[in-house]
Amino acid sequence: MSKPNSFLDRTKSFFAEIGDMTFFVGRFFRELFSKPFEFRELLRQCYNMGNRSLFLVIVTGFILGLVFTLQSRPTLMQFGAESWMPSMISLSIVREIGPVIIALICAGRIGSGIGAEIGSMRVTEQIDAMEVSGTNPFKYLVVTRILAVTLMLPLLVILGDAVALVGSAIVENLKGGVSYTLYFNQVFDALKFSDVFPATVKTFFFGFAIGLMGTYKGYNCAKGTVGVGEASNSAVVYTSMLLFIIDFIAVFVTDIFYTL
Amino acid sequence: MNSEENKKPVLELKDIKKSFGDNHVLKGFSLTLHEGENLVIMGKSGSGKSVMVKCIVGLIQPDSGSIRIKDQDIITMGQKELDFLRTEIGYLFQGSALYDSMTVRENLEFPLRRHKDKIKDFKGTEASVHEALKSVGLLDAIDRMPAELSGGMQRRVALARALILKPKIIMYDEPTTGLDPITANEIIQLMRSIQKEYNTSSLIITHDVDCARVISNRMILLVDGINYAEGTFEELSNSNDPQTRAFFKN
Repeated sequence: MSKPNSFLDRTKSFFAEIGDMTFFVGRFFRELFSKPFEFRELLRQCYNMGNRSLFLVIVTGFILGLVFTLQSRPTLMQFGAESWMPSMISLSIVREIGPVIIALICAGRIGSGIGAEIGSMRVTEQIDAMEVSGTNPFKYLVVTRILAVTLMLPLLVILGDAVALVGSAIVENLKGGVSYTLYFNQVFDALKFSDVFPATVKTFFFGFAIGLMGTYKGYNCAKGTVGVGEASNSAVVYTSMLLFIIDFIAVFVTDIFYTL
Repeated sequence: MNSEENKKPVLELKDIKKSFGDNHVLKGFSLTLHEGENLVIMGKSGSGKSVMVKCIVGLIQPDSGSIRIKDQDIITMGQKELDFLRTEIGYLFQGSALYDSMTVRENLEFPLRRHKDKIKDFKGTEASVHEALKSVGLLDAIDRMPAELSGGMQRRVALARALILKPKIIMYDEPTTGLDPITANEIIQLMRSIQKEYNTSSLIITHDVDCARVISNRMILLVDGINYAEGTFEELSNSNDPQTRAFFKN
């Protein structure tokens, strides 16, 4: 008897959460275009999120390029296709692996940070204090953070992709004796606008998803420290899931668009 | 009592009801706070004191009843008007609620960002911050982070922040809870001196009998979501009603 009920309850709460999130997104867009604008806080958040994720993105991107090239090299050698390495690596990284990996890294680094920060502000009544002082906390905390991640993630992904290609070029240079000039000439020959543009556009959506889930979970955090932990944790879990869903939709739409 | 009643009411709650699901927290609570008055609300934990204060500042919407601040109904007013009216109310939160990512200076500057035009003879942000911190005796802590301050110091900074817009009404939610008796007494004295200096009306929620004795002009006991008893400290503490007397036993 209890199982169908709990399933029903979970289904209800799932749809209730979808509804809440829809209202949250609607409020974000409403507040985004209404005065006063919190430019200073937006810049501060952009700096925080961009600057503090820089090292992580550089290290991740570099190792991604190294490992991906090292792993792919033997397979391509079997077919005598080492010369395809720069184009294969650059297309894979720029179109898919770079954006997804960097976004996942940022979901862990930025999304959980936002969830924990806003969640702890909620449970310690700092958000109430903000509201009582006549400042709109949604605009100050939520709008600025979502916007900051949406704007900064594409830049971080571009940087991560570039560093990954440098890592790959180093492996190619050391293992295959390919000069850096030749490697990057082949990379730029292989990459077209149709590879770079959709991949960059989807990173804006990735950024939006990271900011949205982090702020949503934090803003609606339940009371207590357990609630803060849950907000932080579920922000990462739901964002990761959402990133793959967005990625699937983006690839699907891009495919339709370019086969027309 | 009579002198208080002759003064103009600055805050009026009439028949406030608020439920959370099946939990009926406020079942028709009413109060009137007069100009320059210190009104203490006492009640057991979970009796709805904090909910009532949050209704007053618009953080929680009551199910029914009316809340009038300076003759304006806050329940029906728009967000902009409410934000403006909130500058007339200082709120000292139970846990201080200082912004922990900001310094003491930034905490105090925060309410001024939008509402400094509201302050008469505004002398600049820096001067206002200094004045507020000076009134709580913490000017030295201006560039420190909240985490570097003791509980009592945090409460004083929170009080300075509540004062920075020179409000006419101050709400104190358990101002001495969690503090040692000496620090609690310092906070009580500070509340008294602030009332004299800024000529504010205060609504104080407390369990602390000493605090109520020192600071109250009038008291209301909130029991089961309604006004159970009302009067001066002396009247209530000498009451023959066992439930009323129970609040004053140490």
